[in-house]
Amino acid sequence: MVYRRYAFIAVVVSVLVLVVVLVGASQVPPLTIVASMAATTLAVATPLTLGALSGVFCERSGVVNLGIEGMMLAAAFSGWFGSIYASAVLGIPPLPSLLLGVVIAVATGALLGLLLAALAVTYSVDQILAGTVINLLAVGLTGFFNRQLFFGPASAFGGQVPHAPGVLPRLHVPLLADLPVVGPVFEQQPIAVAAVVLVGLTHLVLFRTRWGLRARAVGEHPRAAATVGIDVVRVRYVNVVIGGAIAGLGGAYFTLESVPSFEPMMTNGRGFISLAAMIFGDWTPFGSWAAALVFGAAQAFQINLQLFRDQIPPSWSFLQQSSVVGLVPYLLTLLILTGVIGKTTPPAADGQPYEPEGRR
Amino acid sequence: MKAVLEARGITKRFSGVLANDRVDLDLGEGEIHALLGENGAGKSTLMNILYGLVRPDEGELRRSGRPVSLRSPSDAIALGIGMVHQHFMLIPVFTVAENIVLGAEPVRRGLLDRGSASAEVRGLSARYGLDVDPDARVEDLPVGVQQRVEILKALYRKAEILILDEPTAVLTPQEVDELFRVLRGLTSRGVSVLFITHKLREVLAVADRVTVMRAGKVVGAAIPAETDERGLAAMMVGREVVLQVSKAPARPKAVVLEVERLGVAGRRGSGGDAVRDVSFSVRAGEILGIAGVQGNGQTELVEAVTGLSPARDGRVLLRGRDVTGALPRALIERGVSHVPEDRQRHGLVLSYSVADNLVLCTYHRAPFAVRGVLRDDAREENARRLIKAYDIRAPGPGTPVSALSGGNQQKVILAREMSRPVELLVASQPTRGVDVGSIEHIHREIVAARDAGAAVLLVSAELDEILALSDRIAVMYRGGLVAMRDAGAVSRTELGMLMAGVLPGEAAPAPGAGEEAAPASAAGGAEA
Ligand SMILES: Nc1ncnc2c1ncn2[C@@H]1O[C@H](COP(=O)(O)OP(=O)(O)OP(=O)(O)O)[C@@H](O)[C@H]1O
Ligand SMILES: [Mg+2]
Repeated sequence: MVYRRYAFIAVVVSVLVLVVVLVGASQVPPLTIVASMAATTLAVATPLTLGALSGVFCERSGVVNLGIEGMMLAAAFSGWFGSIYASAVLGIPPLPSLLLGVVIAVATGALLGLLLAALAVTYSVDQILAGTVINLLAVGLTGFFNRQLFFGPASAFGGQVPHAPGVLPRLHVPLLADLPVVGPVFEQQPIAVAAVVLVGLTHLVLFRTRWGLRARAVGEHPRAAATVGIDVVRVRYVNVVIGGAIAGLGGAYFTLESVPSFEPMMTNGRGFISLAAMIFGDWTPFGSWAAALVFGAAQAFQINLQLFRDQIPPSWSFLQQSSVVGLVPYLLTLLILTGVIGKTTPPAADGQPYEPEGRR
Repeated sequence: MKAVLEARGITKRFSGVLANDRVDLDLGEGEIHALLGENGAGKSTLMNILYGLVRPDEGELRRSGRPVSLRSPSDAIALGIGMVHQHFMLIPVFTVAENIVLGAEPVRRGLLDRGSASAEVRGLSARYGLDVDPDARVEDLPVGVQQRVEILKALYRKAEILILDEPTAVLTPQEVDELFRVLRGLTSRGVSVLFITHKLREVLAVADRVTVMRAGKVVGAAIPAETDERGLAAMMVGREVVLQVSKAPARPKAVVLEVERLGVAGRRGSGGDAVRDVSFSVRAGEILGIAGVQGNGQTELVEAVTGLSPARDGRVLLRGRDVTGALPRALIERGVSHVPEDRQRHGLVLSYSVADNLVLCTYHRAPFAVRGVLRDDAREENARRLIKAYDIRAPGPGTPVSALSGGNQQKVILAREMSRPVELLVASQPTRGVDVGSIEHIHREIVAARDAGAAVLLVSAELDEILALSDRIAVMYRGGLVAMRDAGAVSRTELGMLMAGVLPGEAAPAPGAGEEAAPASAAGGAEA
């Protein structure tokens, strides 16, 4: 089953890259196209990777996080607002403003994680509902504050829309980024780099530390964990808050790393796609990352194809329509979730509230 | 004798049910103390209180004379108390070593130290003669081995007091002997053991002292040397219990169930077939008992006959009609009743009420539904009647089945399956975890079903049960039927030999016989 999933990932990515290479081959050397696809894939997969890691943290401890979308959206907004306020009103230089924005976004995610934990763990609210509450809350609040803080009579900036402090600068990975052709792959912005680092870190924490073993035990069989003295409630709270913080970092990507602006509902389903990536990745960090990269590749496909719009042969003209190409990630999600490419198994107690004096 | 653990005046209520009523108990150093009692008497509740899982409403606990309060299992663990639960508390996808060290893991430089975890488990396992492979996944292990893991878990935490909740319910006779040998070894090292069981024979064989509970209260104590099975049973139930089933000779009529060369594939790609070329028939008015060490294909055979899983080859005929691969619903409509081996997984919807569980097979028919609409009063009425008839200890028809004690859950299934017209009754381990009083009742019901003309297929790992009820006995070994005997013409010893794979005329059993085939049935043990 595992092989089938990775084979699927390899095939989809190769097909996407191949199409772009074929289309653009007359203008740009194939290797350069491949490198460009890889660089874009890594970058645009960032929020999906982070969203999926957020899901892994929560669900491995037994809490379904359907609110990743909302956590990202709220964090995207608060981080963005924070960075603008810092630079335009407090006069802080752009880079520190942006970093402050990231901190605020992460804190926002963590706070919403705390809300999810309170609802799901303490009050045993249905976890699907709890996540949905967070999503609706995020859409409503970000829309409202976006209007009020920037355009309303009580605008924080006296009625004028201030300049955003730009986006986070690219990091230059020493040596690797200087390589010919593949160099651009290693020139990424900080959140994209952090996402990759977090994949490894999450794996380490979950599978190599005491905390991870206990968290997974809680996600599989909370009562068994409780009988050896593990505090199920505490483990779930901590994991969900960490998951929220990671989703918050994913939110920061949208407004502090990708584009320097906020639009209502700009996360556009990415939170849900990252859940698909987590499921396809069998609730493991590396698996989820691989799946996130497939979606990233689908998006990179769209972006890179734009560059060669005029080269697309007439018989392939459907590729010129961005609406068709833009569907690819969603079609992939559907395909993956039907389970035809192999079913994965969630933690046994995923989504189940824990009652200390209950039976079994 | 010094008391290492004392309970004084423990009272515990669960939403109206008085589970423990001013209970006193002491456990002496190095003794094996058995706790007996009817289903729902409050034994598990008391154990859970001693382990800090449930907090008493009133009363006091003392550890070696010192008053203690247990707020959680970690407090109990810190006081050297370990527990093996009625439903195992193991994480199926973790390895043996991971399960054992969980909660007290060795670490090196901030990371889990798997090497020393495995080494430590190996050391413990050698010291106490509890054979396990630290790197095996728990879900792949037979129930008996899972139990060893549970005991090791307690020993790893340096338990001086070991509490075991119905440790023998799921074990084969050999495994029970093995367990008792281990427990004896532990007490000789100063460990004190408190265990619950429903099997009086075991109490007499291994316990130093017995305490009996009924309806939440301690109603008596005894020393095995001074009592016998009858005396214990009477103390438990509060009346004389007939331990012997009385039944008239069978008068078999037409064939009801015919199984022809049935083959069932093994689970999880375990390679071999779970059931191989099995043929037999059961007539109306007779009980065919299938004896065998657990895990020799009985589970799969029953699942194929009752439509729960597909047969690979062969046929199943019901009154001459081919029903191979028929859906359970179709079989139910034809009068097949099934008491499944894994009651929580296949027998009940745990979150449903007792009343709902009692109509799971008949809810869509009158009087429970009229023109597609459920009738609450009919369901209630049915539940009240069956709760009374089967002596199900539940606060009321609306109680969720998950809040019932293990034995009472079993009675709910029996009540449902036996209370509609039965052509064929397939009963798998029907009295597992059930108290002697109820066993008597269930056995009488099974015989009554036979006398009313039902064909009964009884699968049990309890030799006593097979011998007491069956008119004919078949023995299953490694997926095949190795013998078929008339009940009168076979002895306990001969059956025991057949179950171990010794065929007549052969000298010695194959080494490790039965052990290897065991994993097939292990899955149920650790199910949540
Ligand atoms: N969590 C709970 N909620 C409600 N009632 C409960 C709960 N736990 C136990 N009870 C009730 O308390 C009583 C005692 O249950 P307990 O499990 O201690 O019985 P037991 O002696 O272990 O029985 P068995 O031999 O069947 O396992 C039963 O009536 C049961 O229904
Ligand atoms: Mg019990």
